[in-house]
Amino acid sequence: MMQTLLEAFRLVFQQDVLIAILASAVYGLVVGALPGLTATMATALLVPVTFYLSPIAAIATIITASAMAIFAGDLPGCLLRIPGTPASAAYTDEAYAMTRKGEAEKALGICLWFSALGGIFGTLSLILLAPPLAEMALSFSTYEYFWLAFLGLMCATLVARSSPVKAIASMLLGLLVSCIGIDNPAGTARFTFGSMDLLGGIDAIAALVGVFALSEVMRAMTTPEPPPLPRRKFGSILKGMIRLTREYPKPQIRGNIVGIIIGVLPGAGADMAAWVSYAMAKRFSRTPEKFGTGHPEGLIEAGSSNNASLASGWVPSLLFGIPGDTITAIAIGVLYMKGLNPGPTLFTEKASSMYALYIVFLLSNVIMIPLGIVMIRLASHILRAPRSSVMPVIVLLCCVGAFATGNNLFLVLTVAAFGCLGYVMERNGYPVAAMVLGIVMGTMVEQSFVTSLIKSDGSILPFFSRPVASVLAAMTFAALLWPLAVWLKRRLAPARAAAGA
Amino acid sequence: MTKTTRAGITRRTLVGTAAAAGAVAGLGAPFVRSAAAQAAYPNRPVTVTVPWGAGGGTDATARIVASILEKNLGQPFNVVNRTGGSGVVGHSAIATAAPDGYNIGMITVEITMMHWQGLTELKHSSYTPLALMNEDPPGVQVFAGSPYKTIKELADAIKAAPPGKMKASGTGQGGIWHLALIGWLTKMGLKADHVAWVPSNGAAPAMQDLAAGGVDVVTCSVPEARAIIEAGKARSLAIMAPERNPAFKDVPTLKEGLGVDYTVGAWRGIAGPKGLPKDVATKLTAELKKAYESKEFNDFMSSRGFATRWADAEGFAKFMEAGDKAMGEAMGAAGLKKT
Repeated sequence: MMQTLLEAFRLVFQQDVLIAILASAVYGLVVGALPGLTATMATALLVPVTFYLSPIAAIATIITASAMAIFAGDLPGCLLRIPGTPASAAYTDEAYAMTRKGEAEKALGICLWFSALGGIFGTLSLILLAPPLAEMALSFSTYEYFWLAFLGLMCATLVARSSPVKAIASMLLGLLVSCIGIDNPAGTARFTFGSMDLLGGIDAIAALVGVFALSEVMRAMTTPEPPPLPRRKFGSILKGMIRLTREYPKPQIRGNIVGIIIGVLPGAGADMAAWVSYAMAKRFSRTPEKFGTGHPEGLIEAGSSNNASLASGWVPSLLFGIPGDTITAIAIGVLYMKGLNPGPTLFTEKASSMYALYIVFLLSNVIMIPLGIVMIRLASHILRAPRSSVMPVIVLLCCVGAFATGNNLFLVLTVAAFGCLGYVMERNGYPVAAMVLGIVMGTMVEQSFVTSLIKSDGSILPFFSRPVASVLAAMTFAALLWPLAVWLKRRLAPARAAAGA
Repeated sequence: MTKTTRAGITRRTLVGTAAAAGAVAGLGAPFVRSAAAQAAYPNRPVTVTVPWGAGGGTDATARIVASILEKNLGQPFNVVNRTGGSGVVGHSAIATAAPDGYNIGMITVEITMMHWQGLTELKHSSYTPLALMNEDPPGVQVFAGSPYKTIKELADAIKAAPPGKMKASGTGQGGIWHLALIGWLTKMGLKADHVAWVPSNGAAPAMQDLAAGGVDVVTCSVPEARAIIEAGKARSLAIMAPERNPAFKDVPTLKEGLGVDYTVGAWRGIAGPKGLPKDVATKLTAELKKAYESKEFNDFMSSRGFATRWADAEGFAKFMEAGDKAMGEAMGAAGLKKT
């Protein structure tokens, strides 16, 4: 045990591994911070580089770059209301509201500090609980996934600040968009109108960049420049973080646990973890009315959640070669290439390599803090830059980013179309975040529902009879009926409810 | 005097000639070299289009091939992922590029499938085939706790079960592994839908559902199933290939285990647009053969668990022709063919 641990340290503290970690950290920070370029893409672009690296260095670059990119995705979200990665979309409005209140450093500090803590918690879960967590993930069949995805969809009404009716309408529009293309259970082309490009469906990333980034630029063009933020020195980034950690222990722990659980489930990644955690933070908060106005609670929970999910996503990948999310799907290829074949033998025969990976995970989350501070300081200049020079750069980045995901001009057009749609929706009070949720989750809801019915020969009984499915079903119905119960209670005892509120 | 002058002139002329010759030798050499290279393809970077996303198996194969070509030919071979439209976008980008040898790409088994469904006009004859590099046959996997120990037992159970009772998965509806199952069932004299197909979002989720007890059988390639098999959660009963996989020597072929001679596979090959100049095509095929035989390529493919399969331009064309016909039959049997 001690021997393997020492061997692992020796494997990690090699010159090439350390350089690889540092370089990929900087790279991940930059890619993640650019709107439209996701953590997945950062990883995919690293694959050819890993051909030339030693096994540990190769995996280390992927681990580090993805962790950095998920955190860096919070930066443009916070400063410009443009999420860098889909995992930041859930709490972008909250973080931006904080920036408008003049607390940009606090918002970014929360993102950084709790991202790092979440990542460390996720790693601990990977170290301590990998086998039982993997068993749990393997017991999830499509029935359970259906409920999970359905629960995810219901977060739409929770995260939005507008009326629930409008949030649901937006989400349904997102579901409709996710119907486009041939990637559905029947393998039939839907809503493609003979277009080759539409066959593959609407790319969720392009849609996200459109509704968040491009529509923000359009809004900036039509509204007068907001009063400039008071010119002052950017305060300490980590100041008060210890206090916040003590003040909100529950959201943080809950965020970590939810992130770990969602991360372990194949197919549900950091995006979903952030949405569910933000919604949970609001649901269980003592001050839900403060959400959306620049309140730290949701940021803490969702920020730790998406980074925690990142580490636990490696559990099914390492044990069974089943990717926990798109990042680990790429990582599995690299693992095979480097002779670290996923499987239980990895934990026994190649234990020192496994320990080395754990050390890399911890190391990357620790260096996230100093590097993140530097990045935040650099990025914060953007707040002082005149809007007329920032906005064109953003449009350019949106186009380049969208094009780069598939080298396909159609993606740029998708960004443009969704930019217009997002602008109109925002103008009329329809939350675009809910639509993005619909697009992201729509395929999963449909796929798991239809395949479940095929498997059960059309019976809906297994949706309720399997133990885990029944628990998830009960949670879903509770969440569905809760608002109704609250409404009835208010109707019956208006005076008491008013006093309580 | 005249003599000396003449001598001087002569000397000067000589010097001049020598200088000129030197200049030609010094400055002209690159021109000469580039003129020679103009004749010899390639003299500028070559684009290698991949119709699937970065990080996947096709992408990885294309990148290793490109890096070897780049090393041997001295020009960059840039891999570009043109995704979208379930592979249609990238495949048509390869077919419609200028046929000058500077735009080639990796085409995959889907090119023999998509046109039957009416998704595109493109088929294998829309390309200049250069070389087949890889083919991965599917295995037949069952849950580790299932009663079927051999492919014979499974086949008997399938025959005995009422249509639609048994469930299989591995990829989307009408995908390559679905057609592999259909081809196998048809060969056994059963109907295409005798085993119900549960569409999945790729092989990994299907294998997971197998381990969760959601489906009875998964047909997918061996590298895709490897980790779950090695984890003791699933068992591979047979492989739909002419020969056994060296990594899984105990798994018999369909012919050995069941007496059913049926083979199929997901393949990847390099092709250019139709009408590629003959000399360029010949040169590329020769270079691809060199790459295919290189240690680098073989090490890479075996480390990923990918099987290799070689066919030169002519063989590749015949291979696609046969595959196209088989896919058409399987899709017709499944009712997926657009009429």
